[in-house]
Amino acid sequence: MVKNRVGDEAILKGEEITLSFGGISALMGVNFSVKKGEVFSIIGPNGAGKSSLYNVINGFYHPQRGRVIFKGQEITHMKPYEIARLGIARSFQNIELFKHMSVLENMMLGRHIHIKYGLFSSMLYFGPGRKEEVIHRKRVEDIIDFLEIEHIRKKQVGTLSYGLQKRVEMARALCLEPEILLLDEPMAGMNLEETEDMCRFIVDVNTEWGMTVLLIEHDMGVVMDMSDRLMVLDFGESIAEGTPEEVQKNEKVATAYLGDSDGVFLGR
Amino acid sequence: MAIKCGVYKTTYEEDEAIWQTRVSKFWIGVLIVALLAFPFVFQGSKYLLHIADTVLISIIAALGLNLLTGFTGQISLGHGAFIGVGAYASGYLMNQFGIPFIGCLVLAGFITAVVGMIFGIPSLRLKGLYLAIATLAAQVILEFIFIRSRGVTGGSQGLLISPASIAGFQFDSEFKFYFLALFFAVLAILIAKNIVRTKPGRAFMAIRDRYISAEIIGVPLFQYKLIAFGISSFFAGVSGSLWAHYIGIITPEHFNVMVSIQYLSMIIIGGLGSIYGTILGTIFIVLLPEILRAISGPLSSSYPILIDIFNALREGIFGLVIILFLVFEPDGLAHRWKMIKNYWKLWPFSY
Repeated sequence: MVKNRVGDEAILKGEEITLSFGGISALMGVNFSVKKGEVFSIIGPNGAGKSSLYNVINGFYHPQRGRVIFKGQEITHMKPYEIARLGIARSFQNIELFKHMSVLENMMLGRHIHIKYGLFSSMLYFGPGRKEEVIHRKRVEDIIDFLEIEHIRKKQVGTLSYGLQKRVEMARALCLEPEILLLDEPMAGMNLEETEDMCRFIVDVNTEWGMTVLLIEHDMGVVMDMSDRLMVLDFGESIAEGTPEEVQKNEKVATAYLGDSDGVFLGR
Repeated sequence: MAIKCGVYKTTYEEDEAIWQTRVSKFWIGVLIVALLAFPFVFQGSKYLLHIADTVLISIIAALGLNLLTGFTGQISLGHGAFIGVGAYASGYLMNQFGIPFIGCLVLAGFITAVVGMIFGIPSLRLKGLYLAIATLAAQVILEFIFIRSRGVTGGSQGLLISPASIAGFQFDSEFKFYFLALFFAVLAILIAKNIVRTKPGRAFMAIRDRYISAEIIGVPLFQYKLIAFGISSFFAGVSGSLWAHYIGIITPEHFNVMVSIQYLSMIIIGGLGSIYGTILGTIFIVLLPEILRAISGPLSSSYPILIDIFNALREGIFGLVIILFLVFEPDGLAHRWKMIKNYWKLWPFSY
C-alpha cells in the first residue's frame, strides 16, 4: 500500500446542507469533509438521507441552504453534467445503465467528457475522429481488464446478471476517470463472492489509482473494514463522523441502529 | 503462426468497422452494383423508377426522424412539415435568387435545421406524449404558414420549381434523378451510421435509455436534444429540397400531418434505433400501397361492381398490415433480419 495515501486537504466539503421537499426535511444542516485519497462511508438507516446527499453532491438537487465545495470551488448550484466534468462520478443504488446498449458502448459513454472531436468529424468518422475513438477504446479496454469483464464486453447490458450490471456501472463511472467516485450500495443484492470481488476493486481503485471513494453501504462488515472514516446519518442529521472505531463507540449511533440504551422504544 | 479460425481481429479499428468480414463487404459491393444497374434495367418503366426515386428521397428524411425518435427518444409529429420547410426554402432560394441547386440543397438543410431546433426547444421540459403534441403544434403552425404566406410559398396554388442541375447537367427525368437521389441517400446513410457509432450518437441513445445517468456522466441534455432536432431537421430539409426539385411543383398538401405519420410508421415498422431498419421500413411503406394497387387494379377490372369496395379495402389493408406488424414484429424489420442472420450463423447446429 502506498504511504500517505490520504492527504490532509479536504477534497469535498459539505457545509450546513439543508434540503427539504415540501414540508419534509431530507437533510438538516449536514456537515462533512472528505480528505483526498480516503474511503469515506456514509451509513444510516433507510430513509436517513444518504442518497439525497449524493444527489446534492451530483447537482440533481439544489439544497435550500448550505454549500458543497469541491477542491475549493463551490458546486452547490452547478448542473449535473458540469459536476461530472469537474471529476465526480457516481454509481446508482438502482442500476441506471443504458440497457439497450452493449457494455462497450456504456463504457464509451463514460468517456464522453474526454472525447473532444466535434460533430463534423463524427459524421465523417475518418481521420481525427477515428483516431480519438481508438485511443478511448484502449482506455476502456484497460478498465475492462481491471474489472475482469472481458467476456461480456459486447453483450447487451440488459441481459446481464444483477451482480455484473453493478460491476458494469462501476466500470462506466471509472471511465470518467474521476477524482471522486460516489458508490451507492455497490454490494447490495450480491452473493459473498461478488461482494468480495467488488471490495477488491474498490480497494484497488483507492490504493493504486489514488481515487477518493465515497461509499454508501449497509453491509457493516464491509464498511468497518474498508473505510478510513465514516459518517452516520439519521433522519437527515449527521450524528457522528470519525474513524470506524470512534463511530462504533458512539452512543447516538447505537441508539439510531439498535434503539435506546434503556430499551425504551421511542416511536421511531 | 497460429491457425486462424473465424473472424480474427487484431486492431480496434477492425473491431469498429461497419462491415467486418469479407463476405459482408462482398455483398455490399454486389448491392452497390445492383443499385447502379437498376435504372438501366428498368429504363423503360417510368413508374418503377419513380417509386425508386421516392424511396431514395424518403430514406433521407426517415433517417433524420429515426435519429430523433428512434435514437434520442424524442417523438416528433412535425417531420412532414420540416420536409416542407426544406422544399419551400430550396424552391424559393432558387426561384428568387437564382442560387444553383447544390447551394439551395445545403441552405435548405441548414434553414430547416434552425427551424427544427426552434421547435425542439420545448423538448427540454416535455417528454413522450406531451412532446408529441408540442411537435404536432409545429406541424400545424408550419402548415398554416405554407398556406398563408403566398408570397413565398405560392399558397395552395403551389410553387413551381425548376429541376435540379449540377454544372449545367439537368436531372430532369426519373432516370437521371435516380443517380442524384442515390448519391444523397447513400451519403445520408453513411453519415447517420457514423453519427450513431460515435460520440453524439451514443449520447443520443443515453438520453433515450436513461436521461438521468446521461447527465451524470456529463452529457448536457438540452444541448444534445437540440443537436438531435437540428440533425433530424437537416436530413428532412435535404430530403424536402430533393423532393421539390424532383416533383417540380409543391403544395402544402405534400407536407401535411399524414406525411409525418407515414414517416413515423416507416421507422416503427423498420425498427426504432436502427439505420438498417429505416431503409427497410421506408421501402416497405412506399411499396405497400403500390403493391395493393397492383393487386386491386386487375381485380376491380374483373369485378367492376366491387371497385368502390376495393378502393376502400386498400386503405383498410394498409392499416391492417401496420397493426399486424406492430403486434407480431414490434421491434421492426431490422430485428427480424437480425434473427434470420443469427439463425443462419449457427446453422445447422444451433447450439
